Amino acid sequence: MKSPYFTPLVTVVLLFAMLGIGGAVYPGLLSVQVILNLLIDNAFLLVLAIGMSFVILSGGIDLSVGSVLALATMISAWLLQVAHWPPQAVIALVLVLGALFGGGMGAMIHYFKLQPFIVTLAGMFLARGLCYLISINSITIDDPLYLAMSQTQLGFLGGFVSPSALIALLMLALAIFLGHFTAFGRGVYAIGGNEQSALMMGLPVARTKVLVYAFSGFCAALAGVLFSFYMLSGYGLHAQGTELDAIAAVVIGGTLLSGGYGYVAGALSGVLVLGTIQTLIAFDGTLSSWWTKIVIGALLFVFCVVQRLMAMGAARRAAA
Amino acid sequence: MAAPAQAAARDDATPALAALLRHSLFRPLAALAVLLLIDLVAIPGFFHLSIKDGHLYGSLVDIVNRAAPLMLAALGMTLVIATRGIDISVGAVVALSGTVAAMLIGGGPQAELPLIWAMAAAMGASLLCGLWNGVLVSALGLQPIVATLILMVAGRGLAQLLTDGQIVTVYYEPFFFLGGGYFAGLPFSLTVVALVFAVIALMMRKTALGLFIQAVGINPVAARLAGLKTASLIIFVYVFCAACAGLAGLMISSNIKSADANNAGLLLELDAILAVTLGGTSLAGGKFSLVGSVIGALIIQTLTYTIYSLGVPPEVNMVVKSVVVFLVCLSQSAEFKKMFSRARAA
Repeated sequence: MKSPYFTPLVTVVLLFAMLGIGGAVYPGLLSVQVILNLLIDNAFLLVLAIGMSFVILSGGIDLSVGSVLALATMISAWLLQVAHWPPQAVIALVLVLGALFGGGMGAMIHYFKLQPFIVTLAGMFLARGLCYLISINSITIDDPLYLAMSQTQLGFLGGFVSPSALIALLMLALAIFLGHFTAFGRGVYAIGGNEQSALMMGLPVARTKVLVYAFSGFCAALAGVLFSFYMLSGYGLHAQGTELDAIAAVVIGGTLLSGGYGYVAGALSGVLVLGTIQTLIAFDGTLSSWWTKIVIGALLFVFCVVQRLMAMGAARRAAA
Repeated sequence: MAAPAQAAARDDATPALAALLRHSLFRPLAALAVLLLIDLVAIPGFFHLSIKDGHLYGSLVDIVNRAAPLMLAALGMTLVIATRGIDISVGAVVALSGTVAAMLIGGGPQAELPLIWAMAAAMGASLLCGLWNGVLVSALGLQPIVATLILMVAGRGLAQLLTDGQIVTVYYEPFFFLGGGYFAGLPFSLTVVALVFAVIALMMRKTALGLFIQAVGINPVAARLAGLKTASLIIFVYVFCAACAGLAGLMISSNIKSADANNAGLLLELDAILAVTLGGTSLAGGKFSLVGSVIGALIIQTLTYTIYSLGVPPEVNMVVKSVVVFLVCLSQSAEFKKMFSRARAA
C-alpha cells in the first residue's frame, strides 16, 4: 500500500521535536515515566483511534465512539455493582454488545445507503441516552479484578506501565496485522479508495463495511473497559467529545479523511502528539488548559492543509 | 411511514389529496401534528393562552420562544446542507459569540462598551468564523465535516480561554431584551427569527441565489462549468450559517443573562442538523426547504417539552431523539422504501 503522502513521517518528526524542545525547556519532561504515562493516560484513546482508523480508511466516520465508551463503563458498573456478575462475563458481554452496536450501524449505513455521519450521530444520542436510562449518577466500581487492573504496575524500561497500556499496544499490533496483512485490510483500503471499483473487483464490500463499524464498536467498548479500569466508575458523562479527539488523532496520524490512504500505526503517533500537547501544557503550568483545544485545532488545520496541498500536487503531477 | 400513505393515496383518493400527501412538508407537519395531538390529550391546558401585562403566555408561546435559537441555527444549516456541506462548528460559534458580547458589555450595571458595539463585535467574530470555514471548504477543498471540525474543537477552546472557563454574568438590562424581551405581545426572539426568515426567503425566492445554491448542491462541478461562482456561493452559505449561529449565541446568552463558554450551544449543531433533516431537506444536497427546517426545530422543541411535561425522566429525551433520527433516515432511504414495497407486494 504505497502512500504518496509523507504526513505519517511528519507526525513522528513533530512528536520528537515537541518532546525534544519540551525536554530542553522543562527538565524532567524526558524522564522514562513521563513518556510511559503518555501511554497509560491515553490507552483508551489509542484503542478508540485504532477503531476510528479503520472506519476513516474505509471512507466513513464514526461519531458514536465516545458515547459507546461511556455506555460500556455504565453497563459494566451496573452489572458488577448491582447485578453482581463475575467481571470476566461482564467484560465479554460488553465487548460483544459494542461490536453488535457498531455492526448494526454499519448495516444501516450499507444496506439503506444512509450517511455514516447521520447514522453514527443517532447512535451517539442513543448510546448516551441509554447510559442515563441505567443511571443518571456515577456508579463506583469496587470489583477486585478491576481494582487489580487499575493498580498493577508492570515494570518496563526502568519505569512502569499499566495493564491497560499493554492491552492497547496489543490491540495496535493486532490492528496493524489486520489492516496491512489480511484480505480484510486490503478490502478496507479498496473501499476507501473507490467503493464502486471495489464492488466491481468483486470484493466483499457489504461484509467489509459492516465489519469495519463492528470493529469500531468493539474498540469503543474495549476502550470503555480500559476507561473503567482507569476511572473505577461508570458514568453517562464519561469521555464526552472523545470521538473528536479520536478523529483528530487519526488525522494528525496522517490518515486521509477522504479514505483509502494512511497507516493504522498513525493512530499511535496521533494519540501521542495529543498526549504530549497536554503534558507540555501541564509542565508549563502558566498556560490554561484551554490552550490544549486551540493547539489541537491548529494542528488539525495544518495537517489537513498539508494533506490537501499534497493531494492537489499529486493530481497535478498525474495530469502532467 | 410515507409508503403506505402514498399507496393508499394512489388507490382511492382524489388527485388533490394525493398531491397533498406527496408535498414535501406533509411529513414534518404530520409529525408535528401528532406531537401536538399527544399534548392535547395528555397535558391539561396545553393550548391555553392567556394575556398578562399585555404579553401572551402559554405552553405554545413557551415552545416557540425556546425553539428560537435552534430555528436560527437550523435556517443557517439548511443552506449549508443544500450545497452538500455540513457545519459542525455551530455550537462553538454560539459559545464564542455569546462570550465576546458578554465580555465587552462587562459585569457592571452599565455597559463597558455601547451595546450595539458589543453585539457588532460578537457578530463580527461569528462572520470571521464563517469566512474561515467557507475558505477552507471552497478554496482548499477540504471536506466540510473536517473543515468545520477544526473550528468546533478550537472555537470553544478560544471562548473558554477568553473567559478562563468561568461563566461571565451580565447585569446590563438592555442586553436582556434580545432573548427575554417582548415585542407586540410576543417574545422578541420570534421577531428576530421572522426577520431572518423573511430576509433569507426573499433572497432565495426573488433572486436566483436559491437556484444557484441548489445547483451547487446537485452537482458542484457542473455548476462551476455552467458559469456559477461556486467558491463565492460556498463561502456565502458558511458565512450566513455562522451569522445565524452568532445571532443564536447572542440570544441564548441574553436569555440566560450570562455567557457560558463551556456549555452554551453544546450539541446545538447536531440538533440543527436533525431539525434540517426532519424538515425534509436531504443531506445529499440540492433541494432544501427553509419552512421545513423551522418546522423541524419546532418538532424537536415540542418533543422535548412533551417528554418533560409527561413526567418522563429527561434522560429518555436522547433515546427518543435518536429513535426519531433513525426513523427519519429510514423513511428518506430509497433502499428502505424499495424493501418495504417488495414486502408489501409479497
